[in-house]
Amino acid sequence: MKLTLKVWRQKNAKDKGHFETYQVTANEHMSFLEMLDVLNESLISEKKDPVYFDHDCREGICGTCSMVINGQPHGPMQGTTACQLHMRHFKDGNTITIEPFRAKAFPVVKDLVVDRSAFDRIMQAGGYISVDTGQAVDGNSIPIGKETAAKAFDAAACIGCGACVAACPNASAMLFVSAKVSHLGLLPQGKVEAKRRALNMVHQMDEEGFGMCSNVTACEAECPKEISVDNIARLNREYIGAAFTADEK
Amino acid sequence: MELNGKVPPGPISEKWTKYKSSMPLVSPDNKRRLDVIVVGTGLAGGAAAASLGELGYNVKCFTFHDSPRRAHSIAAQGGINAAKNYKNDGDSVHRLFYDTVKGGDYRSREANVHRLAEVSVNIIDQCVAQGVPFAREYSGMLDNRSFGGVQVQRTFYARGQTGQQLLIGAYQALSRQVSNGTVTLYNRHEMLDVVLIDGKARGIIARNLVTGKVERFAAHCVVLATGGYGNVFYLSTNAMNCNVTAAWRAVRRGALMANPCFTQIHPTCIPQYGDYQSKLTLMSESLRNDGRVWVPKKKEDAEAIRQGKKRGIDIPEADRDYYLERRYPAFGNLVPRDVASRAAKVECDKGHGIVPTGLGVYLDFADAIERYGKSKAHSMNLENPSPEKIRELGEKVVEEKYGNLFEMYEKITGEDPYKMPMKIYPAVHYTMGGLWVDYNLETNIPGLFALGECNFSDHGANRLGASALMQGLADGYFVIPYTIGTFLADEIRTPRFSTDAPEFEAAEKAVTDRLQGFLKNNGNQSAESFHRRLGKIMWDYCGMSRNAEGLKKARKMIQELREEFYKDVYVPGSLDEYNPELEKVARVADFIEMGELMCLDALERNESCGGHFREESQTPEGEALRDDANYAFVSAWGWTDTSKEPELHKEPLKFEAIELKTRSYK
Repeated sequence: MKLTLKVWRQKNAKDKGHFETYQVTANEHMSFLEMLDVLNESLISEKKDPVYFDHDCREGICGTCSMVINGQPHGPMQGTTACQLHMRHFKDGNTITIEPFRAKAFPVVKDLVVDRSAFDRIMQAGGYISVDTGQAVDGNSIPIGKETAAKAFDAAACIGCGACVAACPNASAMLFVSAKVSHLGLLPQGKVEAKRRALNMVHQMDEEGFGMCSNVTACEAECPKEISVDNIARLNREYIGAAFTADEK
Repeated sequence: MELNGKVPPGPISEKWTKYKSSMPLVSPDNKRRLDVIVVGTGLAGGAAAASLGELGYNVKCFTFHDSPRRAHSIAAQGGINAAKNYKNDGDSVHRLFYDTVKGGDYRSREANVHRLAEVSVNIIDQCVAQGVPFAREYSGMLDNRSFGGVQVQRTFYARGQTGQQLLIGAYQALSRQVSNGTVTLYNRHEMLDVVLIDGKARGIIARNLVTGKVERFAAHCVVLATGGYGNVFYLSTNAMNCNVTAAWRAVRRGALMANPCFTQIHPTCIPQYGDYQSKLTLMSESLRNDGRVWVPKKKEDAEAIRQGKKRGIDIPEADRDYYLERRYPAFGNLVPRDVASRAAKVECDKGHGIVPTGLGVYLDFADAIERYGKSKAHSMNLENPSPEKIRELGEKVVEEKYGNLFEMYEKITGEDPYKMPMKIYPAVHYTMGGLWVDYNLETNIPGLFALGECNFSDHGANRLGASALMQGLADGYFVIPYTIGTFLADEIRTPRFSTDAPEFEAAEKAVTDRLQGFLKNNGNQSAESFHRRLGKIMWDYCGMSRNAEGLKKARKMIQELREEFYKDVYVPGSLDEYNPELEKVARVADFIEMGELMCLDALERNESCGGHFREESQTPEGEALRDDANYAFVSAWGWTDTSKEPELHKEPLKFEAIELKTRSYK
């Protein structure tokens, strides 16, 4: 299949950036990133700068790959990261537009690569349970219902890729933050710090320049791990509860 | 060189406990004044950095990823072993220890493995306390499943994403220490050299991958937790950026590389389908709990399937060869990985492969779906359920257990594994070899430690499933926090090191010159193309089956490749910018040297053990034939000057608690 790619090229965070057009020949068994590998091999053979994009596991679990394909973070397939997207979902002769995740809090490093360290800082603000190594009681001493464990898992499945931010018209990180607040808050081990966690993580999210949530729910639609916006409702409940509880301030 | 494993005296089950209570300690006040560099943020590195930070050491933690949470531990699927005996099925610390030593074909260090089995139980408790959402039963208790090479259920899991959940646990613990100020995090920094002062590891040279600046970092000691070298083979289940550079740079400074030829080829991966392919995808071993492996008995059927004229489901039961169940009735589909992989190769070599390349076998869930469906129907009190109903119920149970794996398979292959048997083939997955370390996990360079897949110590010649996560976390949470004291207790009077020292200056210059050399080379071929060629040589001659002639040939081919590489590799861009191609070329250069050493080690070890199968050493039935009289040792290679031959040192392996036996799963 022959494709036309319109790819965002940007030298660094200060550069204005622009689209460039490339032709590439691919086949339907390739993953989307393997198709870009083919483009890059040909660019390198012409001694041109390849198109830089973040990627690592190529199994949809590390959360490194991050690009907007035809206007959608990670492309057109539901519940699929860019690395797990295969070319059989495109047609011969297609024009494909590829851009970086765009948000004030995710400055561009180069081309399609963005800096998502804001997510690390949000996690550092409270995305953990404060237990030191070696203090733990037996794993079965606190029973956790199968359903509760499953709900916590569903939230914990977040890969921290940032597609929710890229999808949101306000570039809000509410789905990311709420997934962590839910994951830990649902479990008995994480309940002790639940209120502090919600307050501190939301505070850091604001500091980083992410926008507010206005219930568009594009985040859920584009999330490659299909994290539910129910988590946002849970975060709001936790946050409001915390805000009115003086002893947790 | 005399290699001292520093195994403490006493009976095996008491060594660690006694050693821990007699170890030198570092007082809290002194810990604050001691700097530790941890390179890598996977399970071993993340856990180590967090735990050392909690203890009060001043930790600097490095990762080349954009976030610690991206480390490749995240991709581990199936689970983590622990000798909890929650299932009351006869498990114990001793049995986990025994299974691991036997599974490794008696080529690991007994005392290290016993310690691993001991601390395995603490890992589960620790992870539960951190909020890892392990699978639970309706009672609220932790659930278990089985993995290969084992006859008990001791594997804890979080759907098919156990590695992800454990890594997030470690990442959260690490994040907490960053927030407490005990750990400083350096994202997108790649270690390119270790700096030695008076023979001790005192710092690293790392490149800031965003600005391109080559920087110096000093500390009292250095901990490497930088993973394995499976990507020597180009195509593997490893993430694209996994590399051997940190470990290899340590070798170039005098550290020893142990058992480099011990690589694990995992039996259940999605077969290769094209030349442009960038990596292979694992299908978790846990699938062998319920999936049955088979090929068509008749070659005509296999041929028809390869040509697309027949499908797996068209082959009647009587014409299928469930070769693992046939050859290994005691363990059946759950034989260890090395055994299962070799058996698949044997069938495909005989012409029974079922994908167009001939390199593929079936992993079939039809029986499991029917079994689960019937059991579910029974528990729902359904009388005479239709086959369709049974199927529907069975598929639901299988989905609950392996849903994400089936989904991933379908995304990649475009086939529905609920309806059609999965197609699988072995692929490079893990490396048991790694930097030589003693019982303290310290390399032969004082002050340089190696944890997790980066070291060689626990898995011998073959790793059992669900043991990599166990080892990474054991080393990081429960071993290094103690053993690092054996080195640092003598360093409390050592002031902080300045990065102005001449050793730092020289190391930085060497790194910069090397990178500039690549950039100025101005050849015609990409780093990627050399990597691909190296991988092909390694897979053909140093893969699932090896012989002396092939290994000699491979070594020569790699030497020629290396020469061509330095003459003709091309790297775009410059040093002072974000330049992943430059990162790649330096890694490929190290892979080439590592690949040569692997071939040499494989040649030197003229026995078959675990994942290392030498065609010259096999039983009449084609099983691996070990040679304990001549090869019960660890090969530890030194290679500081690659213009000379590598030097082999041997650490004899003594087995006191376990009797050396022929490994049988029949």
